[in-house]
Amino acid sequence: MNQNTLNLSGLEAVEITNQSNFVNIGERTNVTGSARFLKLIKDDKFDEALEVALDQVRGGAQVIDVNMDEGMIDSEAAMVRFLNLMASEPEIARVPVMVDSSKWHVIEAGLKCLQGKGIVNSISMKGGVEEFVRQAKLVKRYGAAVVVMAFDEDGQADTYERRIDICKRAYDILVNDVKFPPQDIIFDPNIFPVATGIEEHRNYAVDFFRAAKWIRENLPHAHVSGGVSNVSFSFRGNQKVREAMHTAFLYHAIKAGMDMGIVNPAMLEVYDDIDKDLLERVEDVLLNRREDATERLLEFAETVKGSAKKKEVDDEWRKGSVEERLTHALVKGVIDYIDDDTEEARQKYGKPLNVIEGPLMAGMNVVGDLFGAGKMFLPQVVKSARVMKKSVAYLTPYLEEEKRNNGGGDKPAAKILMATVKGDVHDIGKNIVGVVLACNNYNVVDLGVMVPSEKIIEAAKREKVDMIGLSGLITPSLDEMVHMAKEMQREKMVMPLLIGGATTSRIHTAVKIDPVYSGPVVHVLDASRSVPVASEFINPDTFETIKGRFKNEYAKLREDYEKRKEQKNYISLRDARNNQVKIDWKTTQITRPKFFGSKQFINYPLEEIRKFIDWTPFFQTWMLAGRYPGIFNDSVVGTEARRLFDDAQKMLDQIVQSRSLQANGVIGFYPAVRTETDDVKLSRKEGEASFTTLHFLRQQNKKAQGLPNFCLADFIAPETSGRQDYIGMFAVTAGLGIEKLLAKYKELQDDYSDIMVKALADRLAEAFAECLHARVRREFWGYASDEKLSNDELIAEKYSGIRPAPGYPACPDHTEKGILFEILDAEKAGIRLTESFAMYPASSVSGFYFANSDSKYFGLGKIEKDQVLEYAGRKGMSVEDVERWLSPNLAYDV
Amino acid sequence: MKIQDILKERILVIDGAMGTMIQRHNLTEEDFRGERFKNHRYPLKGNNDILSITRPDIIKEIHALYFEAGADIIETNTFSATTIAQADYHLEDAVYDINFVSARIAREVADEFTKKEPHKPRFVAGAMGPTNKTASLSPDVNSPGFRAITFDQLKVAFKQQAQGLVDGGVDLLLLETIIDTLNAKAALFAIQELFDERGMEIPVMVSGTITDASGRTLSGQTTEAFLVSVSHVPLLSIGLNCALGASLLRPYLRVLSEKAPFFVSAYPNAGLPNEFGQYDETPEQMGAQIEEFLKEGLVNIVGGCCGTTPEHIKVIAELAAKYKPRKVHSPWSMVNSM
Repeated sequence: MNQNTLNLSGLEAVEITNQSNFVNIGERTNVTGSARFLKLIKDDKFDEALEVALDQVRGGAQVIDVNMDEGMIDSEAAMVRFLNLMASEPEIARVPVMVDSSKWHVIEAGLKCLQGKGIVNSISMKGGVEEFVRQAKLVKRYGAAVVVMAFDEDGQADTYERRIDICKRAYDILVNDVKFPPQDIIFDPNIFPVATGIEEHRNYAVDFFRAAKWIRENLPHAHVSGGVSNVSFSFRGNQKVREAMHTAFLYHAIKAGMDMGIVNPAMLEVYDDIDKDLLERVEDVLLNRREDATERLLEFAETVKGSAKKKEVDDEWRKGSVEERLTHALVKGVIDYIDDDTEEARQKYGKPLNVIEGPLMAGMNVVGDLFGAGKMFLPQVVKSARVMKKSVAYLTPYLEEEKRNNGGGDKPAAKILMATVKGDVHDIGKNIVGVVLACNNYNVVDLGVMVPSEKIIEAAKREKVDMIGLSGLITPSLDEMVHMAKEMQREKMVMPLLIGGATTSRIHTAVKIDPVYSGPVVHVLDASRSVPVASEFINPDTFETIKGRFKNEYAKLREDYEKRKEQKNYISLRDARNNQVKIDWKTTQITRPKFFGSKQFINYPLEEIRKFIDWTPFFQTWMLAGRYPGIFNDSVVGTEARRLFDDAQKMLDQIVQSRSLQANGVIGFYPAVRTETDDVKLSRKEGEASFTTLHFLRQQNKKAQGLPNFCLADFIAPETSGRQDYIGMFAVTAGLGIEKLLAKYKELQDDYSDIMVKALADRLAEAFAECLHARVRREFWGYASDEKLSNDELIAEKYSGIRPAPGYPACPDHTEKGILFEILDAEKAGIRLTESFAMYPASSVSGFYFANSDSKYFGLGKIEKDQVLEYAGRKGMSVEDVERWLSPNLAYDV
Repeated sequence: MKIQDILKERILVIDGAMGTMIQRHNLTEEDFRGERFKNHRYPLKGNNDILSITRPDIIKEIHALYFEAGADIIETNTFSATTIAQADYHLEDAVYDINFVSARIAREVADEFTKKEPHKPRFVAGAMGPTNKTASLSPDVNSPGFRAITFDQLKVAFKQQAQGLVDGGVDLLLLETIIDTLNAKAALFAIQELFDERGMEIPVMVSGTITDASGRTLSGQTTEAFLVSVSHVPLLSIGLNCALGASLLRPYLRVLSEKAPFFVSAYPNAGLPNEFGQYDETPEQMGAQIEEFLKEGLVNIVGGCCGTTPEHIKVIAELAAKYKPRKVHSPWSMVNSM
C-alpha cells in the first residue's frame, strides 16, 4: 500500500494511484438518477433492483454508488437493506460501495454495512465547520474515503474561484485538524448542466475543468470526481447527444485531472467514434467556444434522436444445452432464467425428481468441485444454493402432483430435523440435504445454524421427528456433535442421528460419535446418500437390522482405526492386565449349564436353520452393496439383488427338499476358572481337576480413560472370586455333501450355481451357529430362558453373551481351534481341521460361548513382545511359532 | 522499552494455543463452574474463558509455560469474552470480570518474567475473538439480506471487552481470527472510541483468518482487501492466524508483507486438523515451515494457533532468534500514531 494511493475495497482491493485510469462509479442504483431503480425500490422489488447493480458491475463499474434519497422511501431502511443484499452477491460485492445520501444518518447506517473500505458521498461545509469536522472524524473512524462537495455555509460553488476556495479550506481542515488521509479525499467541484440557454451557465464546464486542474496541482494526493450525467441534463431523451456530451466532458475533465466520476458506463461512447460534426458542436458548448454553441447543438440534436449504443451483457451461455445452462446458472449464481430452464429440463426429463437428481445435482457437484479447488468462495456458493432452491421451488408443485397421483399423499411424511450445530454458521450442505429430502417426501424441520443441543432435543421432542440430521463445517463442530450424541443418550432417545458436513468423516463418526449413543448413528457422505439411509430407518420392520448393520460397521471401523493408531501406543502386559474388564464377581449372574460335556446334532433340520439366515452378507458375496431388504429398492442394484435373491430361494428350496446338504453340529459346556495369566482351565465336572486349558490374548494398546484392555478371559470368574463359572463351545457345519453339488455344477460349467451353492452353504453354517446359540441361551445353558427375539434382533446381536471364534478379532490365534476340536471331538460330527487349522468343509463355524452379561466382542489389535513371550510359555509353543501364527497382530517387527 | 522499538530490532514471539493446553487438564463441569458459578443454571463446560475466574491456577500455569518456552507476548484467555459469545452460556453478566481478571492474571505472570529477565520484557495482548456471529453474512440462505448481528451491537460488546482488558492492564489489544471484516471494523471503532474517551492509547494488533482454499476470509475478502479495510487505524501489526497451517499461509503472508504499512504477524495452526479435528504437526514439522517465511523476511511477530503447545513455541522462538525481522516498508502510520 502506497501512502499516496487511494485504496478501496469490496471483496477485492482497488488501488487508485495518480497513474490510474479514470474510475467509473456506477450511477444506476441511485433513486434520484434512475426512474427505473426508484420504481423498483418503491415497489419493494429489491431482488430486481439488485440486478441493476449487477448490470453495472458487468458493464464495467469499478465502484457502485447507492442512493436512496426520496421522500416516499424510508431511506435509511432501504439503504441498509439494499447494502446487505449487495453484500450477499459476490459479483457485486467484489467492488467498493459509495454510500450516497444528503442525510448523515443514512450515510452512517450505510457505513455500518460495509466490510470493505467504501466512499462516503458526500459531506460538505454546508452545515458549518463544526458539523463537517464531526462527520469527517466519523468517516475516518468507520474506515471510508470521502467525497467533499464544493459547498459551504453560503451555498454551492458555481464559479472557478468559489470552487477552489472552498476545496482549499476543506482540505486544510481535513488534513490538519481531522488528520484525514489526503489520498482519501475526493473533491466534487460540482458538475452543472450546460447548454441550458441561461447565460450564467455557459462557463460551467470550463470552470469545472479549471477547478479540477487546480485541485490536482495544489491539494496533494486529493482526487476529483463528479456526477457526469448532470452536464447533459438539457438533452434528456436524446441518448445520442447525451452520450457524446458525457464522453467529451469526460475527455476534457480527465485531461484536467478528474480521476473518478459517477457515470453510467453503458451510456458512453468511444471519444474517437463520435460523429465529428457532433463532437465539434458538443465541444463548442463544453468549452464555451462560440456564442451560438447551444443553438447549433440543439439543431443537431433534432436530427439524431433515438438510436443510442448499448453495451451487451454476455449472453453466449444461453445458447448451450439445458444441462449446460443449469450448470452455468448454478456456478454463476444467475437466477434470471432458472424457472424457464427448469421447466425445459422437466419436460426433457419427464419426472421432476429426475431433474433434481440429474442436472441440478450435477451442477451442484461442479460448484462443490470448484469450491474445493479454491476457485469459488463461500458467498458464491451460497448464491448457487439459492439458485438451486429456486429451481426446486419451481418443481415442488409438480412433485406434489406426482405424489397425489401415486396415491402417496395420504401417508404422513416422515419428519427429519436438520440443524447446524452450535458454534457453526455453515449450512449449505445442510440445506442441500434438506432440499433433497424434502423432494423425496420427507417433512424437513430446519432449525437453522448455531443451534445448541438443548434446542435440538427440545424441538425433536416437540415436533416428534423420526430422525435428526446434524451438519457442521468447522472442526469444533465435531466435538459439538459428540456432545449432541451424548445428550441424546442422556435423554434416552432412540431415533437415528445422521451426521454430515465437510469436516465430518465416517471414521470420526465411528470412533467418536457412534460409541456414545446407543441409537443408530450414520455418517452421510453427501446429499445424495441421505435419502436411502433415511428410508431404511423409516421402515419399522428393518429399523433394528439396519441399526445393527451400522453399529457393526462402525465397531469394525473403530477396531481398524485402533489397529492403525496403536503403532506407538502400547502398554506393558502387566499394565494391560491391571486395566482388565472390571466385573463385580460378587453380584454378577452365573448360570449353571443344563449338562456338562458335549452333545451332537446330526442332520439338523435345514428348514429350521434357514429361518436364521442373515441375507446382507450374501449380497456382499455377490459384490452388491446394500442392506437386506432395503437393497431391493436400490435404484442401481435393486433389480439384480431381487433376481439373485429369488434364485437363492429356489436353490435353497431344492437343497432343503432333497437334503443335498447336511448340517451337523456339536456343543459342549465345562466348569471353568480363569488363571492370573489369562488362561481358562476346564474340568469335566465341578470340583474336578482341570483336563485342558484355553489360552487368551489381551489388548495392549493404550486406552482412553475408562476403557479396559479387553481379554476374553476377563469374562470368566477368577479363582479368587470364589464363584464357580462355566464356558461353552461349539462347532457346526452346513457343508456336508457340497462336493457332489459342486462336481455337478462343474460338469455343467455352471459357475453361477457353483458360487451360489457355496454362498448358501456359508449362510446356512452361520445361521446354524446363530440357531444353536439361541437354543444354548434358552435351553442347553439356559441363562436366558425367557429370551424372545426376532431374527432382526438376533442379527443385531441384541442378546446377552457372545460366541467368539478362534481366528477372529477377539482371539486371533487359529491354533486354539485344535484344543477346541479335541475337547468337542468335532470330527465325529464330520468337521475336521486341516494342518493350517482351517475347518473342512469350508462352510463351518466354531467358537466359544461366554454367558456373562458383560461379555462383548472386541478386536485384539496389536500386541507386544512381552505378551508373545509369555503366551508361548503358556501354550508350550516356540516363540517363533507363536509369532508366525500371530504375525498380523504383532506390534513389532520380527 | 516500547514494543514498537523492540520490533524493529528482532522478531517477537507470540504464544501458542490456549484451548489445546486447557484440554490437557481434562477439566470437569465442576472445574468450570468453580465457587462463583456453582449454581449457574446452564452447563459451563467448554467455556474456556471462564477458567480465568474459576481455575486461575491453570491459566497462569499455561501463560508461564509459554513464557518459559520463549514467548515475548502472551494472549489473555478472553477469545470468547464478549456478551455475544458468552450468551451461549448465559454469562453475559460476567463478561467484564472475565476480561479484567484474565488481563490481571496475564499481567502478573508477565511482570514476574520481566523482573527475572529485564533484557527481555514480556507483553500481554488482550485477545478479542470474532464472536460467533457475522455482521456481513446472513446465517439464513433463504434470506440473504438478514443479519444476526449489527455493527452497533458488535461495537457495544467489543467496547465492553476492551474496557475490561485495558482496566486489567494489557499492553496491547489483539483482534484475532477475523472471519468477517465488518466485525473487526466494529471492534476497531469501539477501541478508538474507548481510547478517545480515556485519553489514552495502546497498540492494536489485527489478525485475520483465511478460511479455505480460495484464499479468502469467510466473508469473501482477499487478503489485500482485508488489509485495505482495516488500514484506517494506525495498527501495530496486521497478520494472519488460525485455519491453515504455516505453509498454506505463506502466499497470503507474502501479500501482507509486500503491502502492509504495519508490522506483520503470523501464528498458524499446527497444520490442518485431521479427521478428528486434532492437529498433529510436530514442533519440528511446523518449525521447518515457519523457518521458510522467517528466511524470506515476511514477518515481525510469529507464534502458533490451534494445536500448538509450548514445545512448538520453543522451536519457533529458537528459529525466530536466528533471523532478522521484516522491514516495514512504509512506516507512515507508525510515525503518525504512536
